[in-house]
Amino acid sequence: MITLTKNTVCALVAACALAVSAGGAMAAGGGKHYDKQDWSFSGPLGKYDKAQLQRGFQVYKEVCASCHSLEYVAFRNLGEEGALGYSADQIKALAAEYEVEDGPDDEGEMFTRPAKPFDRFPSPYPNDNAAKSANGGALPPDLSLIAKARAGSMGPDTGIEPLTDLVRMVWHTVTAYQEYGPDYLYALLTGYEEPPEGVDVGDLNYNPKFLSGDALAMAPPLDDELVEYSDGSPMTTEQYAKDVSAFLMWAAEPKLEERKRVGLNALIFLAIFAGLLYFTKKRVWSDVDH
Amino acid sequence: MSGHSTFQPQNGIVKWMERRLPIIGLAHSSFVAYPVPKNLNYWWTFGGILAFCLMAQIITGIVLVMHYAPNTAIAFASVEHIMRDVNWGWMLRYLHANGASMFFIAVYIHIMRGLYYGSYKEPREVVWILGVVIFLLMMATGFMGYVLPWGQMSFWGATVITNLFSAFPIVGDPIVELLWGGFAVDNPTLNRFFSLHYLLPFMLAAIVGLHIWAFHEAGNNNPTGVEPKDAQDSVAFTPYYTIKDLYAIVLFMIFFVWMAFMVPNFLGHPDNYIPADPLVTPAHIVPEWYFLPFYAILRAVPDKLGGVLLMFGAIAVLFVLPWLDTSKVRSNTYRPLGKQFFWIFVFVCIALGYLGAKPAEGGYVIASRIATVWYFAHFLVILPVLGLIEKPKPLPNSISEAVLAKKGGSAAAAE
Ligand code: HEC
Ligand code: HEM
Repeated sequence: MITLTKNTVCALVAACALAVSAGGAMAAGGGKHYDKQDWSFSGPLGKYDKAQLQRGFQVYKEVCASCHSLEYVAFRNLGEEGALGYSADQIKALAAEYEVEDGPDDEGEMFTRPAKPFDRFPSPYPNDNAAKSANGGALPPDLSLIAKARAGSMGPDTGIEPLTDLVRMVWHTVTAYQEYGPDYLYALLTGYEEPPEGVDVGDLNYNPKFLSGDALAMAPPLDDELVEYSDGSPMTTEQYAKDVSAFLMWAAEPKLEERKRVGLNALIFLAIFAGLLYFTKKRVWSDVDH
Repeated sequence: MSGHSTFQPQNGIVKWMERRLPIIGLAHSSFVAYPVPKNLNYWWTFGGILAFCLMAQIITGIVLVMHYAPNTAIAFASVEHIMRDVNWGWMLRYLHANGASMFFIAVYIHIMRGLYYGSYKEPREVVWILGVVIFLLMMATGFMGYVLPWGQMSFWGATVITNLFSAFPIVGDPIVELLWGGFAVDNPTLNRFFSLHYLLPFMLAAIVGLHIWAFHEAGNNNPTGVEPKDAQDSVAFTPYYTIKDLYAIVLFMIFFVWMAFMVPNFLGHPDNYIPADPLVTPAHIVPEWYFLPFYAILRAVPDKLGGVLLMFGAIAVLFVLPWLDTSKVRSNTYRPLGKQFFWIFVFVCIALGYLGAKPAEGGYVIASRIATVWYFAHFLVILPVLGLIEKPKPLPNSISEAVLAKKGGSAAAAE
């Protein structure tokens, strides 16, 4: 009995250790460290804050959308379960603010029409080359998956690199903290600084939080009072950055709430089932010395 | 799948069928009456867990194929379509992607179990060799699967790994062109990888069948490494091990569900959410975590061909392991030195995995070289020599005796 339980524990510990060992080391990026923010959607019980998503969407729409597309997001998605909480009419009205290209019509001509809920967000540029030439040769990436396509390295720090890596792997898995994407976005958007003495970034903008270097082509997109919030939230760069990062997380992972809910139910079911099986197994084995 | 069936059908239809195709009797003798040593511990449940993993991958995979499009122009978008528009698509895809990791966690534990308890020794050499074939097929399947979503790591991982074959003289370049279906990783590559990714799991299932057949012929090993002597030493597979395996599978599923639903992207690489772009090379190209120990070995060698040979050698050496280990004693429980070297070997493997994820520079390279040398030395020097110099502890006369001794020991300890 004693050894059986010990073996179960060993097996589980080994399984977890193997799972996270090498896997997590890859998530750690570039030697830069990032701060963990408080996100309503982190952890097993996490849910999006609808008001925050709406504000973040407003920032995207009024600021970022002039350069960045949101290719995989359709207007209808904004009103779906676990999304921004807009009604069908609000979505229709919102979509109608955009023009999309359609066609060919009966005469073979392409034409533009107001967008419908099933349309996706139109891109600000007709193609990548146009986007590049408008941005000094740099391509503003599509933002629909950006919150999952970037990762800031974060978590407990022991001062010894391999140990820190190990601790963080376990920490991420055990606490179910996977929000290193929005953490990175927040750090990037609030990370612009004057270049230090002797550093020349040319036409670029100095930002030590940028993952691939210390300077990037995007000028600081946010500034205090830039976007007019109507719900009384502070109109600061930090608040905008937080809200738009949360919105981009939703854009990348619109099924997050459903996923966590289903996962939690499955875990509860499995835990009860495992308990029942444990006692059944004990019963079955009770007549054998093993 | 062995021996004469003790199955005595009562039901008329079953009798009729047994006379013509004794498949129910076969199932009965393989999974019901099949005798198993009664002292197996939980490390033995990973075989059942692996069978579960294979089934799970095949089922989620087949449904994914209904929505996936193997064409470089739309593959990435089709995976996003699965994630966003297909009912339960996000769940299928996360279960499949994380299921591959679970599969490898289970297989690594399963292999380590075999190493610790000497399950590769006479008469189980063929069981072991078939296991290594399964491991190879799994690696091929996992590698090609990872190419399918056609993200940056899909593309660059495929480019780096297929390019390795070009290190071979003469045959190298033709092999690479064959893998690519052209002169670079492109649409033909994606298409053939997709086709093979669908095929290999079914070949895998067939080899798993042989693997099971083989160990049903030889009988299961057990923690003492002493073969069962009489009926007292074994129990019937059903109900004893069906219920135990099921319990372990459910515990494993808890871990699986936690990973797939709570941190589904943790084991993946963020760059794979960027569509493949042949013109932009990622800063660090890393394969999936389960290849990292072999990747570390590859990069530990300064010479490309040498690295490739050592990488393949790291698996090839497993094939001949039954003939390298000279110890007559199977289980490391009774091998004082073997046990210590086993745990050092486990540490070396995990260290190689860690080093494979780190950039190939400075101290990491030196550490990779030391670990690589140790990896091979373990098989080629330590195991052959240990068997000759080690004085094993006395073996129990039978499984029942070992069980009694353990019971007595733990009862004494509890007092
Ligand atoms: C004037 C055009 C412009 C605006 C407005 C703009 N960006 Fe950018 N953005 C760019 C360009 C150009 C790049 C590419 C930078 C590079 O590669 O050096 C970029 C890159 C990025 C990146 C990728 C950084 C990385 O890690 O590679 C993110 C994230 C981003 N922008 C977010 C935003 C957000 C959020 C907003 C709105 C608050 C925004 N951008 C507004 C032009 C813009
Ligand atoms: C040995 C079993 C299998 C393993 C280890 C495996 C592994 C993988 C991996 C690692 C991926 C990439 C996941 C990602 O990052 O998105 C993948 C994708 C895929 N696999 Fe499998 N697979 C297996 C069986 C199957 C089977 C049997 C099928 C179909 C019959 C299948 C169909 C697919 C499809 C369509 C994709 C692309 C969709 C996606 O990327 O999620 N797989 N597989």
